[in-house]
Amino acid sequence: MGRLTLDDLVEGVVAGDRRCLGRAITTVEEGDETSWSLLKRLSPHIGSALRVGITGPPGAGKSTLADALVRELRTRDLGVGVIAVDPSSPFTGGALLGDRVRMLRATEDPEVFVRSMASRGCLGGLARTTQEAADVLDAAGKDIVLFETVGVGQSELTVASACDLTIVVLVPEAGGMVQAMKAGVMEIADMFVVNKADRPGADEMEFQLVDASRYLISDGRRPPVLKTSALKDEGLAALADEVLQYREWLHQGDRLELRRKAQAKTRIRELVRSALEEKFWSQAGVDESLSVAAETFRQGEQSLLEVAQSFWLSVREQIAVSDIS
Amino acid sequence: MARRLKILLAKAGLDGHDRGVKVVARALRDAGMEVVYTGLHQTPEQIVNAALQEDVDAVCLSILSGAHMTLFPRVKELMDEAGIGDTLLSGGGIIPDDDMEELQTQGVGRLFGPGSSLKSIVEYFEEEIPRRRELR
Ligand SMILES: Nc1nc2c(ncn2[C@@H]2O[C@H](COP(=O)(O)OP(=O)(O)OP(=O)(O)O)[C@@H](O)[C@H]2O)c(=O)[nH]1
Repeated sequence: MGRLTLDDLVEGVVAGDRRCLGRAITTVEEGDETSWSLLKRLSPHIGSALRVGITGPPGAGKSTLADALVRELRTRDLGVGVIAVDPSSPFTGGALLGDRVRMLRATEDPEVFVRSMASRGCLGGLARTTQEAADVLDAAGKDIVLFETVGVGQSELTVASACDLTIVVLVPEAGGMVQAMKAGVMEIADMFVVNKADRPGADEMEFQLVDASRYLISDGRRPPVLKTSALKDEGLAALADEVLQYREWLHQGDRLELRRKAQAKTRIRELVRSALEEKFWSQAGVDESLSVAAETFRQGEQSLLEVAQSFWLSVREQIAVSDIS
Repeated sequence: MARRLKILLAKAGLDGHDRGVKVVARALRDAGMEVVYTGLHQTPEQIVNAALQEDVDAVCLSILSGAHMTLFPRVKELMDEAGIGDTLLSGGGIIPDDDMEELQTQGVGRLFGPGSSLKSIVEYFEEEIPRRRELR
């Protein structure tokens, strides 16, 4: 017992020790200096896990499907980690976590590492440090890391940019949705699943998606369409096969490298953006200038753009953001 | 900023009532804590597994079935074995005073009976957890 040192954490994570893994994720959630040193030391072990995002409209059965998929993957002796993100209250910062996942059967298997995370002020369905938590599970030797998020608005895109494989889950009743689906949502799918295939309309839905997928061919690959009934445990073996085939496909040529590089760019951009923004707004005088600008705008003689421009000019001199750490 | 308090709430054993524990969950969230609720019918093994994976500051059991004298010691034992014996184990339910005292001598933290105010629960965690964090 007693406190865990950084050395303990590194060793424990690589050995797959649950307590160390749990603590290491808490550490990276903080995003402080220790967190970056930890990840740096783990980096030789990071990179082999396939990161899978499951997205789709509320109630499509994402949690149930994830649970069934995890159990199927476990029968193939694959190590699995699950990261479930729930929103933090914008008012108190508190959060109710894991209500969905913690009830699932996969959590009875101690080899499945399930971690809930609060979004902590981050919009877009992921927490700021979700990727870092996935890095830790990756370093622990998990073969597959699944992301479970609450489906809200823009989140699909955020999830997709963080994943190696994005599975879009729809239901038979969503027939008319295929055409109407928000631009950009179809495009992020590396794979479609028609869940609740025990209900009428699944074949029609499948047909529509197969038809639509003609326009979604990317890198010579057309997103496959699978039918599952997560509730009845049907179609899961085929889905797991497809996931593993995708993994092989991704490992051919420089595909994986290109994806990982794009992910790294997103992460760096995001880190710089949030750090700059935080530093900027906390500089002395900036808030006062903002109040002045707001008053000017309220007087109604300048457009919002004009006000924003003069606000920027007035604070530009004062800001001295030289480093972001 | 200090790290948020993270609490595991679990329904151990056979009773199927989770209204009370959900009220507590919301109160803790409203006090700014991150609350992981495990759902009903959790075994001690599942509870300690969740505590390890979620790296919580406190494990709280809600037990209305009368099985507290076996469930608390069993969870405590598993926590000790897993190396998280310094993590607070607390909880509540219908537990006679004598039993509460007995459990406390075995290293269980404060337990809350049916009449406890939500405020007293929140305050207990806010006071007790920072102290324990030094040890974890
Ligand atoms: N008939 C049928 N029902 C299903 C199936 N899969 C899930 N459900 C049910 O659909 C409901 C929603 O399932 P969830 O897994 O919670 O859905 P979700 O997409 O995670 O929902 P959110 O977390 O709200 O986004 C539950 O009542 C499930 O039991 C299925 O294959 N067939």
